[in-house]
Amino acid sequence: MNTVAPAPAPVALRRSVELTVDGDPVIAPEGTTILQACRARGIEVPTLCYLETLAPVNVCRVCVVEVDGSRALVPSCSRPVAAGMVVRTDSERVRTSRRMVLELLASSVDLSTAGSDVHRWIEQYGARPERHGPAARAADRDHAHAGHHEAPAVGAAATVAQPVKRDNDQYVRDYAKCILCYKCVEACGEEAQNTFAIAVAGRGFDARISTEFDAALPDSACVYCGNCIGVCPTGALMFVSEHDLRARGDWDESRQEVTRTVCPYCGVGCNLELHVQDNRIVKVTSPLDHDVTSGNLCVKGRFGFEFAQE
Amino acid sequence: MFGAGGGTSSYEEIEQTDLVVLWGSNAREAHPIFFHHLLKGLRRGAKMYVVDPRRTTSAQWADVWLGIDVGSDIALANAVAREIIHAGLVNTEFVRRATSGFEEYAASVEPFTLAEGERLTRVPGDLIADLAHDYGRAGRAQLCWTLGITEHHTATDNVLALCNLALLTGHVGRFGSGLVPLRGQNNVQGGGDMGALPNKFPGFQDVADDAVRARFEARWGVAVPRGPGWHLAQMFDAIERTELRALYVLGENPAQSEADKHRTVRLLGELDHLVVQDIFLTKTAQLADVVLPAAVASFESEGTVTSSERRVQRLRPARRPPGEARDDIDIICEVARRLGHDWGQPSAEEVWDECRSLSPMHAGMRYDRLEAMGGIQWPCPTEDHPGTQFLHARLWEEDPAERGAAAPFSPVEFEPPLDELSDEFPVRLTTGRRLDSFNTGVQTGGYASPLRRPETLDLSPEDMAGLGVAEGETVQVSSRRGSITVPVHLDRSLRPGLAFMTLHFPDQAETNVLTLDSWDPKSGTAEFKATAVRVERLPGALEAQAVPA
Amino acid sequence: MDLSTTEATPSADERLAVDSVLGPPESGWFGGTRTALDGHVAIGGTALARSRRNLLLPALHAVQERVGSIGPAALGYLCTRLDLPPAEAFGVASAYALFTFEPGPPVVVHVCDDVACLAASGGDPAEELARRHGPAGSGTTVTWRPSPCLGHCEHGSAALVQVAGEHGGRGTLAPFAAGDMDRLASLGPGLELAELPVPLALVPQAGAEDTRLLRRVGRVDPSSLDAYRAAGGYQGLRRALELGPAGVIAELKDAKLLGRGGAAFPTGAKWEAVARNPVRPHYFVANADESEPGTFKDRVLLDHDPYALVEALTVAGVTTGAQKGFVYLRGEYPVAAARLEHAAAEARKRGLLGEDVMGSGIGFDLEVRRGAGAYIAGEETALFNSIEGRRPEPRNKPPYPVDRGLFDKPTGVNNVETLLSVLEVLSMGGSGYAALGTPDSTGTRLFCVSGRVARRGLYEVPMGTALGALLDLAGGVAEGRPLRAVLLGGAAGSFVGPDELDLPLSFEGARAAGTTLGSGVMVVLDDTVDMTAFVGRVARFFRDESCGQCVPCRIGTQRQEEVLGRLAAGRPIGSIADELAILDDVDQVMRDASICGLGQTASSVVMSAVRRGLVATGAGAGNGRRP
Repeated sequence: MNTVAPAPAPVALRRSVELTVDGDPVIAPEGTTILQACRARGIEVPTLCYLETLAPVNVCRVCVVEVDGSRALVPSCSRPVAAGMVVRTDSERVRTSRRMVLELLASSVDLSTAGSDVHRWIEQYGARPERHGPAARAADRDHAHAGHHEAPAVGAAATVAQPVKRDNDQYVRDYAKCILCYKCVEACGEEAQNTFAIAVAGRGFDARISTEFDAALPDSACVYCGNCIGVCPTGALMFVSEHDLRARGDWDESRQEVTRTVCPYCGVGCNLELHVQDNRIVKVTSPLDHDVTSGNLCVKGRFGFEFAQE
Repeated sequence: MFGAGGGTSSYEEIEQTDLVVLWGSNAREAHPIFFHHLLKGLRRGAKMYVVDPRRTTSAQWADVWLGIDVGSDIALANAVAREIIHAGLVNTEFVRRATSGFEEYAASVEPFTLAEGERLTRVPGDLIADLAHDYGRAGRAQLCWTLGITEHHTATDNVLALCNLALLTGHVGRFGSGLVPLRGQNNVQGGGDMGALPNKFPGFQDVADDAVRARFEARWGVAVPRGPGWHLAQMFDAIERTELRALYVLGENPAQSEADKHRTVRLLGELDHLVVQDIFLTKTAQLADVVLPAAVASFESEGTVTSSERRVQRLRPARRPPGEARDDIDIICEVARRLGHDWGQPSAEEVWDECRSLSPMHAGMRYDRLEAMGGIQWPCPTEDHPGTQFLHARLWEEDPAERGAAAPFSPVEFEPPLDELSDEFPVRLTTGRRLDSFNTGVQTGGYASPLRRPETLDLSPEDMAGLGVAEGETVQVSSRRGSITVPVHLDRSLRPGLAFMTLHFPDQAETNVLTLDSWDPKSGTAEFKATAVRVERLPGALEAQAVPA
Repeated sequence: MDLSTTEATPSADERLAVDSVLGPPESGWFGGTRTALDGHVAIGGTALARSRRNLLLPALHAVQERVGSIGPAALGYLCTRLDLPPAEAFGVASAYALFTFEPGPPVVVHVCDDVACLAASGGDPAEELARRHGPAGSGTTVTWRPSPCLGHCEHGSAALVQVAGEHGGRGTLAPFAAGDMDRLASLGPGLELAELPVPLALVPQAGAEDTRLLRRVGRVDPSSLDAYRAAGGYQGLRRALELGPAGVIAELKDAKLLGRGGAAFPTGAKWEAVARNPVRPHYFVANADESEPGTFKDRVLLDHDPYALVEALTVAGVTTGAQKGFVYLRGEYPVAAARLEHAAAEARKRGLLGEDVMGSGIGFDLEVRRGAGAYIAGEETALFNSIEGRRPEPRNKPPYPVDRGLFDKPTGVNNVETLLSVLEVLSMGGSGYAALGTPDSTGTRLFCVSGRVARRGLYEVPMGTALGALLDLAGGVAEGRPLRAVLLGGAAGSFVGPDELDLPLSFEGARAAGTTLGSGVMVVLDDTVDMTAFVGRVARFFRDESCGQCVPCRIGTQRQEEVLGRLAAGRPIGSIADELAILDDVDQVMRDASICGLGQTASSVVMSAVRRGLVATGAGAGNGRRP
């Protein structure tokens, strides 16, 4: 943000701290996270539940690193750097945990529309989801009750499979693809939209994203801002426009151009990214790195483009 | 504010403020992403007052909602001011150094005791005092408003009444303290910036200023009239007087958006020549002699728009316009060429560079800088200037020379809405926006909004019970100007005697048949917010079932 | 906030239940009748909503107890009252086993089928209950459900009875026989909870001179403040006020008192960190969410010596500068809840709680908050979330509770045994206390001895006592059968073999042996116990009780249970080695990468059993069950 007039500096000048990452000395500003320090060094640390516009919830645990003096591994996305810290990002323990996090997810979640990074990591870390057995018969997850538990089917791996939810004109929710990264809950809640239409319900393996009593979205608090879809890393939440083009086999990102412009509605000045395929707008997103929107939009900006299509 | 036609603050500041006063603004629905910034402030611990006749979705976030009677804003503002003065909460040092006219102003608000404030607004006096004390004591305070302030016949006075409060307490010109009018359209601020005002050149430069006019005349090679033009309401009056005979309308739909629709349509029909340049064949375009199909600015054009925080940002074409539709610049230049002035085929950037050369507050905003910086907030006088986060910092300067002209207090009189309630028209109808729709609905009608429901007359549970009408039952709504039929909808945010409609569905329910076209003589805004109506069951309507209160 | 709640109208009972906790509605905007003033004023806001959210769990309890389930109309009304989004409230409520969302029988009997009872009774009660009363959850007026440990392990069987209605609530039957279910079923909704007998506390040492924490149990009237004072009560608080905070902390340091909750953190250092934190206010929490299978010590202490916790928490408050304390008590302990509430009320009447504690000018008061069936809520940061009305999910640490705990303020949290030990430190003096036990593990320790042992019950021995000596104190293995193993520390602990009976029961002794004292659980297992079922029950416990927040524990506990199921059925995928490799990998990721202690120890018992050959793996080790 720019200013000419004297403003109280929101962030005091930050000191730097020196730490060691994979044997090399690294200087990082105080208050930054291990993840940021690693990325600044070009060290790839896989992440699933992390997004730069949301406060870290550190639940996926795929970004763990080894820190000397810490009994357990440490989530790099949320742990601030400290002077003298010795970090290992590629130790045997780290690789095992990352492999297992990816394997456990891949053994229980449909990752077919997850980003290409996820599939690369699964390969790279040698996850073997198939060793847990064939998928068990889908359970009624929406009505699973905490503590009411049946013994698992012998020889099959429980999954989060369940029917696709399509109860309105703009969203498709396919929770068989949900890795429970909490991003949608955060975006719908305190981190952005503050509508709180969805939350994590149930617990343990039965934990799931849900409205109250699994109400259909039109009966919920949802205001269709699409900010949950904007942050979903696996395609569990998808716009109908994209979902249907994919279903028809017509979704082709290589034919799409993304153009940044300003929303045609109110005077706030939200930046839009228009995804255009064959001269048609097929999806609207918002840049994470613009401080007006930080990736968020409202229902008009997100969906109100049809007037411009032939 | 105080000479510059834009909000003083930035969105970042509302995240960092201590007190938010949202006055006549339902930003939760009308400016949702601004409300995200506001919510960050609330989450950080800011307190919020919302002043609105309805307990809107925005008001539901307030620590205190003040449900004033429609149009009693000045009474409330003046009562708040008097309480600030009597409680010793005036920022005397700021008032002494940076303002003028305090004594006269203080005298003007003196009759507005808390009791008088309560009588005129119907809000308890102790809560008026709470607002006064919290605003007076806050370290930082943001006062934000929208059309609830400006769609009144006293629009300009309403704004001045709020500005007076900021001057009284020094809540302007500092980080986190300011005055924030939220703009209803993506370039309504930019229209003002570019001189789409009867008395201004681009950059809010006065047409009456000879030196300024000389610069424009030299650049353009034509003489520019010294006197101001007409604003919209004056134009219609001029049509009525047959002084104005031809109209070139760009991207407006007055046939549906203006108050007193019957008169508007009649007057448009009386013109000798009507040209409409639009992306839609609007109701206004259907009345036109010539229609010029335009490209969609946000999606199909190059250009800039200015937001409510004075940030100029670039539009970029993402798709080709359909059929014969053309970019606005192309159309205007072609019209000029056919009128005998060949302006060539300038690009949007070339037009912008000409503007920058004439408007000092835009001078530093090169396209590549706008691109790299994600937009720049005016004023930005030079190409190494970072833009301005908040306005009027000068008022706090020690040095009188740098402090410049004092900001004047503007005593304002309270006048109730023109369309008075009576036994014949006992219900106050006010209007506003819904989250998923926009203005007259021509843009938002095209997408499948899961939230959309048709136009209704929204009534309090008490009034529905009193009328004996059921949800969805069609009623007749009449004002002194006309009558429409519309289904009713129960809305708990309303109190007895207060009704609400939107303007989003004119094809279904012509709300503006009811509204009054009396406009503020200073700004030209019509009083959409205060109409006196009568609600009646249609003859032969089924006996309604009991409506739960 | 701009809530969107159901249009459904709550029933009179639902309103009454919610209002019994929240009081009558403040205005027409928050659940009351609309008035003319409401047309012009509403007082609400994020700060107010934040300050009231902690009433969510008590209000959910009220609805569940009065109505029997929490339906949309009740939740909608509750959310309107609290200005809380229904999806959030549902997310919170659905994390607890004791809340239900669809109408069901008004009487629900939760029958313990957990490890201690399984070992003691030699089988799963579910089979007989299902045969006589239909499958779990069936029935119209009375039903039964299997339950994790109910904390009455010394009785070898137990049931928690939940009754819905105007005088609804919970009661406990321990021991519990299938015949009791017949009796409950015949009573139906006419069941009077007050008529259920209070389960006895089995304290074989009762009256013994060398017990300290147990010395009043069973001997002093738990309802009488005078009796408590006559038995030495409130000497500790008097001493603490004399010493002042620095003095108390010095005594705790001299005593070398370590926390009894599992982490063995020095109590003096913790209290000092809270006391010194400049951020205000401070809070102090007594963690009485005793849910570790095989643990019942808090229940015995709180049922029979409730004033001791009230006093000890007051000492903690005045020492650490906390003016507000909470006892977070597991929801399955109705007797303890009533007796604690009574004790606190009596103490308040006598000026031992309130604005001027014992005439010191220092203010302190406490509230009892009940859990609702979630083991994870015993994790200290999950416990804070639970009190705050959020999902009982552990928080990432750091920040630690002494910096940002309850309501994000500096918070001290200790378990019941630790707090009561503080009274002993004050009574004996720090160095006197340190003379008990071993140099590194001072004082006495409570052990919950259950399973196949002659005299099940709660024991108190000096730290460092040999495992075998404690077993002898309890009369040895039941019926003189050979000892197979002892589960030490609970579901998060591990097995100790018959060749390790000289293991000293101290922190350092357990650590050296690669095990943990945990919550003082000692489940004695002989050759009659079906170890495969036993270990399988532990795996099921963790899969059921995982909060589901982090991937390693959420999916790891599921996969662990699946592997054990395949091994038990003799149907491995691939080789046995492949299956053991999965267990090993799951163990590693859960230990290394889970957020909290639950996940980090969820494989502990399973791996201990595998390494000791206690479970059938198809690789030669038998299940050891008596033929």
